[in-house]
Amino acid sequence: MAGAREIRGKIRSVQSTQKITRAMQMVAASKMRRAQARMFAARPYAEKIRAVITHLGHAHPEYRHPYLQDREVRRVGYVLVSTDRGLCGGLNINLFKAALTDMQSWSERGVEHELAVLGSKGAGFFARFGGRIVAQTTHLGDRPSVQDVIGMVKVMLDAFTEGRIDRVFLVSNRFVNTMSQRPNIEQLVPITADDDERLHHHWDYLYEPDSKEVLDALLMRYVESLVYRGVVENIACEQAARMVAMKSASDNAGSLIEELQLAYNKERQATITQELSEIVGGAAAV
Amino acid sequence: MAMTIHVDIVSAEEEIFSGPAQMVFAPAEMGEVGIAPRHAPLLTRLKPGEVRVQSPQGGEESFYVSGGMLEVQPHVVTVLADVALRARDLDEAQALEAKRRAEEELAQRTSEFEYAQARAQLAEAMAQLRALERLRKAGRS
Repeated sequence: MAGAREIRGKIRSVQSTQKITRAMQMVAASKMRRAQARMFAARPYAEKIRAVITHLGHAHPEYRHPYLQDREVRRVGYVLVSTDRGLCGGLNINLFKAALTDMQSWSERGVEHELAVLGSKGAGFFARFGGRIVAQTTHLGDRPSVQDVIGMVKVMLDAFTEGRIDRVFLVSNRFVNTMSQRPNIEQLVPITADDDERLHHHWDYLYEPDSKEVLDALLMRYVESLVYRGVVENIACEQAARMVAMKSASDNAGSLIEELQLAYNKERQATITQELSEIVGGAAAV
Repeated sequence: MAMTIHVDIVSAEEEIFSGPAQMVFAPAEMGEVGIAPRHAPLLTRLKPGEVRVQSPQGGEESFYVSGGMLEVQPHVVTVLADVALRARDLDEAQALEAKRRAEEELAQRTSEFEYAQARAQLAEAMAQLRALERLRKAGRS
């Protein structure tokens, strides 16, 4: 009977694991919905600020802000958005892989890199891997605010203004749908303005206090809003990935329990049969 | 019918207001501005204060902003409100904080590395123990 009891113990332990993974799956599902809502809420700001910058590009073609100027690349910066917690499948690893491939393609051309990392998973990985981390922010929680990204963005933008780095990329996960998240690398600065053909007559804004300062503030906010969007989207990705990972873990636990249950039943039946045959044998001997 | 101007008030985290207005008042950096329809294009920074929107029906709504940008086009007003309090030295402090964290992490790298190594050794020892136990059991039965 010892075998049967052991199996029963195992079943119980797998069941308690399954309870945990199922709870995590449910929590991730509800958090994902909230993260998605925040993702959509951040959209109007990014669109509006983008529109203003496009207007500016047309209204003010003679003055080129440094953030809008492309220059020769000797050093690149990355703002990498990762999660703070694990148990979310291959989300972070896929992102790191994409970032590393990109870094490698730059370093083949003799371009060095600098990193600003959000999220403790990325910080840990690149610290161990030997990336050059110049700024990091961890433990953002489920409700990050713009405040959290201001510091790191400033570090990168200052480095860009000083000329220490010539291009800054944002590396983060894109939320395609619940089942799939795509690592994505996009350029933050120099800002690539899209050429809108609609407004080609000349007009200009009135600036208060002056155009340079206004433009500075505006472009900085634009970059911040891009990074913020990356952070919020990454959280939605994290929750979606965790939900899927935990669902498959629960399913696996279920099939494991089924197998164990079968083994347990067999074992029990075998014991009963043995006992029966012993009784019958004993009775026949009398 | 009175002329109206479309107003959008957005912050990086959410959309705050969107709708028509008769007139908009905003705390621009150089003093409060009132914007009526067909105002000349204007771009300015905002101070912390109140943005008031007079609706075409005559009501008035007000929103507090802690700074931001104001863009005016003849028929559209966009307020890009800041969520966070912004000031040059505050931003600077945030940047320094982010840098400091990175350096700290770098300094702690060795200890963390040792921790990872210790954890790997522990896992190995546990596996060995388990194997021994299994062998002992197999020997007994």
